[in-house]
This record gives sequence, C-alpha cells and structure tokens, in this order.
Amino acid sequence: MTGPAEGAAPLKVLIVDDEEPARAILRRHLEALPGVRVAGECGDGFEAVRAATTLSPDVVFLDIEMPKLDGFEVLELLDRSIAPVFVTAYDEHAVRAFEVAAVDYVLKPFAAERIALAVDRARARRAAGASVPTDGLKAAVRPAATPLGRIVVRDGSRVHVIPVDRLDAAEAQDDYVALKAEGRTYLKPQTLTSLAAALDPVRFVRVHRSHLLRLDALARIEPLGAGGHVAVLADGTRIPVSREGYARLKEKLG
Amino acid sequence: MHPILAHRGRLLPYLAACAPLAAILTAMLARPGGLSLVEAVTMAVPLTFAYAFMGLSAWYPCRQLPLARSRILPLVLTHATAAALVSSLWVGLGVVLAAVLGLLSRFEGLRDRFVGQAVALWAAGLLLYVLAAALNYVLLALEAASEAERREAELAILAREAELAALKAQIRPHFLFNSLNSIASLAATDPPRAEQMCVRLGEFLRRSLALGEKKSISVGEEIELSRAYLAVEALRYGSRLEVEEDLDERGQKCLVPPLLLQPLVENAVRHGIATRVEGGTLRVGVACGAGRLRILIENPLDPEGPARPGGGRGLANVRQRLAARYGEEALFAAKRLADRYLVVISVPAEMPA
Repeated sequence: MTGPAEGAAPLKVLIVDDEEPARAILRRHLEALPGVRVAGECGDGFEAVRAATTLSPDVVFLDIEMPKLDGFEVLELLDRSIAPVFVTAYDEHAVRAFEVAAVDYVLKPFAAERIALAVDRARARRAAGASVPTDGLKAAVRPAATPLGRIVVRDGSRVHVIPVDRLDAAEAQDDYVALKAEGRTYLKPQTLTSLAAALDPVRFVRVHRSHLLRLDALARIEPLGAGGHVAVLADGTRIPVSREGYARLKEKLG
Repeated sequence: MHPILAHRGRLLPYLAACAPLAAILTAMLARPGGLSLVEAVTMAVPLTFAYAFMGLSAWYPCRQLPLARSRILPLVLTHATAAALVSSLWVGLGVVLAAVLGLLSRFEGLRDRFVGQAVALWAAGLLLYVLAAALNYVLLALEAASEAERREAELAILAREAELAALKAQIRPHFLFNSLNSIASLAATDPPRAEQMCVRLGEFLRRSLALGEKKSISVGEEIELSRAYLAVEALRYGSRLEVEEDLDERGQKCLVPPLLLQPLVENAVRHGIATRVEGGTLRVGVACGAGRLRILIENPLDPEGPARPGGGRGLANVRQRLAARYGEEALFAAKRLADRYLVVISVPAEMPA
C-alpha cells in the first residue's frame, strides 16, 4: 500500500440530513475530532448529490428518509471513492446498509464517541483502499417483494428520476445500461442483469442478453429471418429478441 | 336436544319430507293378500310420523361415533343394534295400533293381517334407520361447520382486539429516537429549546399512555394528543411544518376509538410534509352535523419524492378499526391527488351520555 501518510490530509466530510438539529449535532461531534473537516451540509437528496460532485468528500454521513432521494438512492449515485456512513433512527435498514457496504450504521440518538468510531472506520477503509462493491450488488439488494419503483440517474451533478412505468426499454452498453424513457436515453453505470433483478418481473421482460423491455410499451412482435424476432415498441423503437427471449415473451403474454 | 326439535322452523319441513315415505309404506302394506287400501293408509300415516320421531334417536349414536374418527366394527355393531331395536319397537307399536283399531267393527281382524306384514315392515324399518342415520350425520356436519365459522369470527375479533392493544402500546420508536436526537442537539446549542422539547415530548407520552384501556375518547382529546405530537415535530422540522385547524365545537365532543387521528397526522407529516424540501401546511378539519362526524386530514406531498415504507399499514389499521366499530356505517377514504394527500372519515356521531 502506498497510501498517503496517516493524518497528512484532513478527512473531508459531507453531512446529509433534512432536520436542522440533526445536522447541527453531527457537525458539532465531527468538528471536535482532530483531522476532520466538515465540507458541507445538505437537507435533501438532490442537494447531496450536487454537493458530493462538487466537493468530492471522503466520507458522507447520510440520513435515510429525506426529501427528493432517500439515502440509498443518494449512495447509488455517489462516486465509489466516497465512504458512506448511514445515520438514522430506523434500525430496520441495517442489513441493507451492510449489503451496500456502508462503512458504518449509526443509530440516532448517538454519543460523540459513536461518531468518532464511525470516523475511525472510514479512515481504516480508506487506508486499506478497500473495494466498494460493484454496482450490481448495490442494486440487487432491494427489500424483497418490493420491486423497484423508480430509477435514479446522475448526469454530471444533475439527477434524473425515472419512474419505472415510464421506462420503455433498457440496453446493456459495456459497463452501462442505456435507459429509454419518453423518447430520451439515460446512461447509468449498472449491469442489465442487476437492473432486471430489481424490476417487477410481471411488467418487464428480458428479451435478449442485452435488452429488456416493459410489456405495456410493446406494440407488436415481427418475425425476422432464421427464427429470430424483433419487438416493436409503441414509439417505433425496434428491439432484437433472442430465441429464449421470445419464449419468455410468449409466456408473459399468455 | 336434537337440532330439528330445537328449532321450531325445522320441524314442519322435516315432517313434510316424510310424507312420501307414508305413501311408500301404504303401498307396501296394501300388497295383495295384505291390508285393504283404507286400512293401509290408516296404519301407514301414524307409523310414518312415529318413525319420523324415532329416527331422530339415531342422533345420539351418530354423535357418539363420528364417521371420520370411529373404527368400523364398533360403528357397524352399534348402528345395527340400534336399527334392530328401533325397528322392533316400531313394528311393536304397529301391532298395538292394529290391535286397538281392530276393536272397531270396520277394522275387524286388522291385527292378524298386520302381523302377516310384520317381517317386511321390520326390514323396511332397518332401511329407514339407515336413512335416518345418514340424515343425522349430515346435520352433525352442518353443525360442526357453523360452529367452526362462529369460532373463526370470534378469533378474528380477539385478534383485532390484540392488534388494537398493540397499537396503543406502540409509541412509534423512530419518532422517539429522532426527537431524542434533536434534544441532544439542542442541549448544547439552544438549551431553552431543548428544555421545551423535553416538556412537549413528555406531554405527548403522558397523553398517549393515559389512553390506556379506554374504548372511546372525545375528538377533542384526540386533537390534544395530535397537537402534543405536532409540537414536538415542529421543533424538529422548524418552519417546514405548519398546521391549520378547522374544528367545530360539537365535533370535538363526539366519541371515537382512541388513536384514530394521531396516527393519521403522523402519516401526514412523515409521508407528506417531510418529503418536501420546503415543507407545507397540514390541515385538520372536524365537523359534526346530521348525525355524522366528519374528519378531514390534508397534506401536501412531493409527487416525485421517494416512497417511504409503512404508510399503507397505518391507514389500513385505522380503516380496520373503524370497520370493526361501525361496520357498514364507517366511511374511510384516502386519496392521493396530484400534489397532496387527503384522508376523509365519516362515522355516526356518538355523543357522550
């Protein structure tokens, strides 16, 4: 490891919570710690993504229930180099937080020592250069039985929120998925498999190794030479359908 | 007591159903070399109705020996014995009746002619016993089914009561934890506000706990509880949370199940106001008129905000409790409009005695 010598640079921290008193106490505890610098505070999910993009903090202290985006959605959009620490009154999200490799999960109310411990853990993760999980893992851990309701995509420091009933189709493109909604295309660093796993299997069908579509958006299926097929969406988009994809489609359409 | 005898309305249809048996019995007795038609009818009708009652006695062995749980040998032996006994008794009764009727000149010699039919009649009696036993088993099955249904309904009520007790005991832990966190924060920066928050939280907890085992509280008390709750939330959310009340005097006197309003107000804050960066105004309306109590709770929300888990559960709970208490008379509507959420309750107005 050839990381920077310990204590060389202060740890840059971003605080995200929609309640002012909650932000204030976090700031107080964090600023009391040596080698920690609070770079900013945010009161909602959009602001958090913007601030994280411009300030590039080392650690973000994240509430879960917030306006605009919840803490998990914010985490999905953050640069992998930022270490997340969840701070919440709800203990029921702990398992999911662990699975998206949060550095720590602090329950409100907390003591100053607990925040110091979370900072130590964040430092240790940075020193070890620990790997943050692949995006596939992140998206795969949704609470079971509740399919994804919306997809969040970051475009620079802007955030797009796509409700899944407006997502017509998605295509795998290298390390990204191209999400097609209302005539626009959004790129998100994610695998198609992890997206497909998070979507409602009743409404979305994987028609090809690199394509999935929403059944309601499907206008017709046309045969293509050599037993292949092509799906045509209501807006005219043509999507290749593999042999297995065709079988799945027929099964869904009954 | 036999279920047919226990219910007046069942006896007549049962006896009417026996009428065809009287016809068959008449035909049997009036065979050539037997009784004349008039004699046959005179004997068959009373004998049929006599059997109608005797057959009911099969109820007792049937109840003792449920088909599903009895071994075959004791079952057959018991019923065979009972059949022979009932049939013999029946034929004996017929002989006595024939002898008595034989005293009349019109029916002279009836007893001897009847005895000539006794073996056939006894065999018929055995068959009738099989019918009677089958009927009794059907009745037993019906009774078991309705009993199961009643028990199920009873259990549902018990379950609902337990749920209500749990609801009363539940002082939303996340609300408590968040409030304690705010107090911890204010303790250093703004001690007077921290103190104020402790007092308000204490008041809310005291009011919640005081609901205890009460079955009904006035809407006014429920409003007070909601105000205590909102006072704590106001310190957390600051200027983001505004409240507007529109309460009429009579409406506040009406009785409702406890913790009806407060969970809805809490929902409105958590799933509505808190989802908006700029917050918003929560409206609570109470009105009473034409024998109905109407409650309205309205809050703005961010239509594009993230969904928070648990909202539906709180509403479903209130809906269930209203249905349990008022049945068809309860109206509960929860509606999500473009940018706000509306809950309307209308129930019969219950005034304190």
